[in-house]
Amino acid sequence: MKLKKILPQAITLLVVILIFGFFTMNAQLNMENRGIDFGYGFLSQESSFDVQFSLIEYSGSDSYARAYLVGLLNTLLVSILGIILCTILGVIVGIARLSPNYLIRTTAAWYVEFFRNIPLLLQIFFWYYAALRALPLPQDAEAIFGASYLTIKGFYTPSLIWENLDIFIYSVVAAIIAIIFVRIQAKKLRENVGKHLPVLNISIAILFVLPLLTFLFGGVNVGYETPELKQLAKTSFKFEGGLSIPPELLSLVIALSLYTATFVAECVRAGIQGVGKGQREAASSIGLNRKQVLNLIIMPQALRIIIPPTTNQYLNLTKNSSLAAAIAYPDLVLVFAGTALMQTGKAIEIVSITMLTYLTLSLSISFFMNWYNAKIAIVEK
Amino acid sequence: MSTLNLLRPSKDNLQSNLYLGSFLVGISILDVFLNSFLKLNITSFLPSIISIVLPFLLGMFGFHLMRIEFSGIKNLDKLNKNINTNNFNAALTLLIIFLIIKAIPPVMSWMILDANISGDSKDACTGSGACWTYIKVWFKRFMYGMYPNEHIWRVNLAFIFLVVLAFVGFVTPQKYRNLLTLYYVVIYPIIAFILIYYLISGGEFGLEWVETGAWGGLSLTFIVSFFSLIFCFPLGMALALGRRTELPIVKYVSVGFIEFWRGVPLITVLFMSSVMFPMFLPEDFFMDKLVRVIIAISLFEAAYVAEVIRGGLQALPRGQYDAAKSLGMGYWKMHIFVILPQALKLVIPGMANTFLALVKDTPLIFVVGLAELAGMLQMAKTNPKWLGYAMEGYVFAAIIFWIICYAMSKYSYNLELKYKTDR
Repeated sequence: MKLKKILPQAITLLVVILIFGFFTMNAQLNMENRGIDFGYGFLSQESSFDVQFSLIEYSGSDSYARAYLVGLLNTLLVSILGIILCTILGVIVGIARLSPNYLIRTTAAWYVEFFRNIPLLLQIFFWYYAALRALPLPQDAEAIFGASYLTIKGFYTPSLIWENLDIFIYSVVAAIIAIIFVRIQAKKLRENVGKHLPVLNISIAILFVLPLLTFLFGGVNVGYETPELKQLAKTSFKFEGGLSIPPELLSLVIALSLYTATFVAECVRAGIQGVGKGQREAASSIGLNRKQVLNLIIMPQALRIIIPPTTNQYLNLTKNSSLAAAIAYPDLVLVFAGTALMQTGKAIEIVSITMLTYLTLSLSISFFMNWYNAKIAIVEK
Repeated sequence: MSTLNLLRPSKDNLQSNLYLGSFLVGISILDVFLNSFLKLNITSFLPSIISIVLPFLLGMFGFHLMRIEFSGIKNLDKLNKNINTNNFNAALTLLIIFLIIKAIPPVMSWMILDANISGDSKDACTGSGACWTYIKVWFKRFMYGMYPNEHIWRVNLAFIFLVVLAFVGFVTPQKYRNLLTLYYVVIYPIIAFILIYYLISGGEFGLEWVETGAWGGLSLTFIVSFFSLIFCFPLGMALALGRRTELPIVKYVSVGFIEFWRGVPLITVLFMSSVMFPMFLPEDFFMDKLVRVIIAISLFEAAYVAEVIRGGLQALPRGQYDAAKSLGMGYWKMHIFVILPQALKLVIPGMANTFLALVKDTPLIFVVGLAELAGMLQMAKTNPKWLGYAMEGYVFAAIIFWIICYAMSKYSYNLELKYKTDR
């Protein structure tokens, strides 16, 4: 009886140890033969390559560690933009799939079937090499809303120039804290006295008034800079100034959000359908109005079904953003596992750092999700 | 006969409301139709801004008139219930109809009317539409990669054999039905491997050897997804069982394995297989690039398969385990005859999604230099003789992948219905 328990475990352990031992032994031998030494010292060396697009200041004289940070921030930028857009689109399409209107329902269903069944890589290629290449050259571009330009070289739009931005940000943070406080108080008031406060209106008021005050008293000011067309050579034009979004980022975000939105839409639809019809009927029959039914009965239950798979999709989106390497958007994989790997030849170190980064990202989100799931799970009696 | 109140359509003036309403909707659709198909603007006498929004306003008013509840006319009630429940819905309906009408002419003319397919060089493409000549000329490359033309019959033959052998299950007599699992899980993959090794790779029986670097196109997509699918399934099943045992070491090894592969993107796994994995092998040991890729994808997808199967195992009620144990079944007997058949039935949709994801992930193998369909497109796109036809290539590939994936998902849906058992 005891043997039956110990034997399989011993075999598993042995196999794992043997495989790892075999790999490390070979790796050591191979590196010795090729004269490579193992170590992470290269991270502080000068990288001496340029990156096309970065959120922080970076030049070739910075270290590899800084290049890693540039790549990581670019990955996070794409992921966050993609997550926001795919959520908006996904929720709209998911609700549209349940619409009583036959045409809307069918259109939404076809959207989902269409974009879900084409490989993401192909979609990214399509947007980057085919769709965005059909855009006009900078000199031929027409202005959108007077000051934004969509050209083959990217999207140019006015950028905001802040004075005392930090004060403004502090005020927004303060407003959010105040709103949380108000909500807690309102909940207490409702549970103890039964009085309803118009929480939503108060929250919106706080969110607008506090930051507005900083404009009047805090010395915060905002100006803007519009992109200007500059002539570099006879036929070569370029926009300067303002905010420029490179076509790589644009096509990546479009493709990722269109693709992931189909999955989010399915999650939303499943969640809303997952709340039993009886719940809605029961809520109406005890006299709740439509808004109350939706806010107090349907949404809390639907969200419980929607959120876990949707976070999974967000994770997938973050991992899929690594496809950026295919269209030369400088994300973590391209900058670090591509260029830096080519230059240093430190295959094991660089690939392991890259994988660990993604692993940390995924595991931390999934730990958070498990905690959240446990918190909101319905306790069955 | 009450007076006709246009603001409040009611049942009393059913006929007049209905006729007027459908007339207005008809006019609005006709206007958009003529506008986009024949470039004719029948409202051109009006100022341009009114001329643009007029069809929409007319349509809205028409739908408003037609919105009569319990009219007693079956079709009208059906129409109202489906596309005309309120103003918001009517507006969306109109917008969608207009959008479809507007979109048809340019798409049609690009894809068919102004497109070229004759000839065999770039000069044949004179129209303003798509240049399908490009697809025609490159078709063999898109399907077979750089595989030598005179040997393409070998690939075809191998795939025909594989498809025929896959259908064995449908014609087996009842007597041998219980051997089918064995056939599909063990014998069929072995036959497939032998076929591909000797027919496509060659090198024996007087067939010329073709290196895997020359394989490519859609056939490579099939080969990679086929083998990855076959390998990842048993591995995933083992991992799922491993994650649910009470033996701590087996359990944590499985958990670690699954979470590791699920946490990293496939592209880094492929990077690892191409730059890092050779470092872990003895120096004189050579493993083909294609084999490494298939191993990498199988390990990666096995983690996802494991999670799907675990979901099925968890969904089974405890009573099934208890009942099997009370009959004196051991661990393996219980799982093979009682638990897994039921659990696998439950996870058909999840498995189908995982396999679809696998097929859709195969284009990623371009990072290690293997060019399947999407990779071949990249290659063809940069060919100096054929610059500027990226769009055609992507549309073609998208249609092919879409058909494959859509067929798979529909098939899985049928399977789900077929094996659905009520409890």
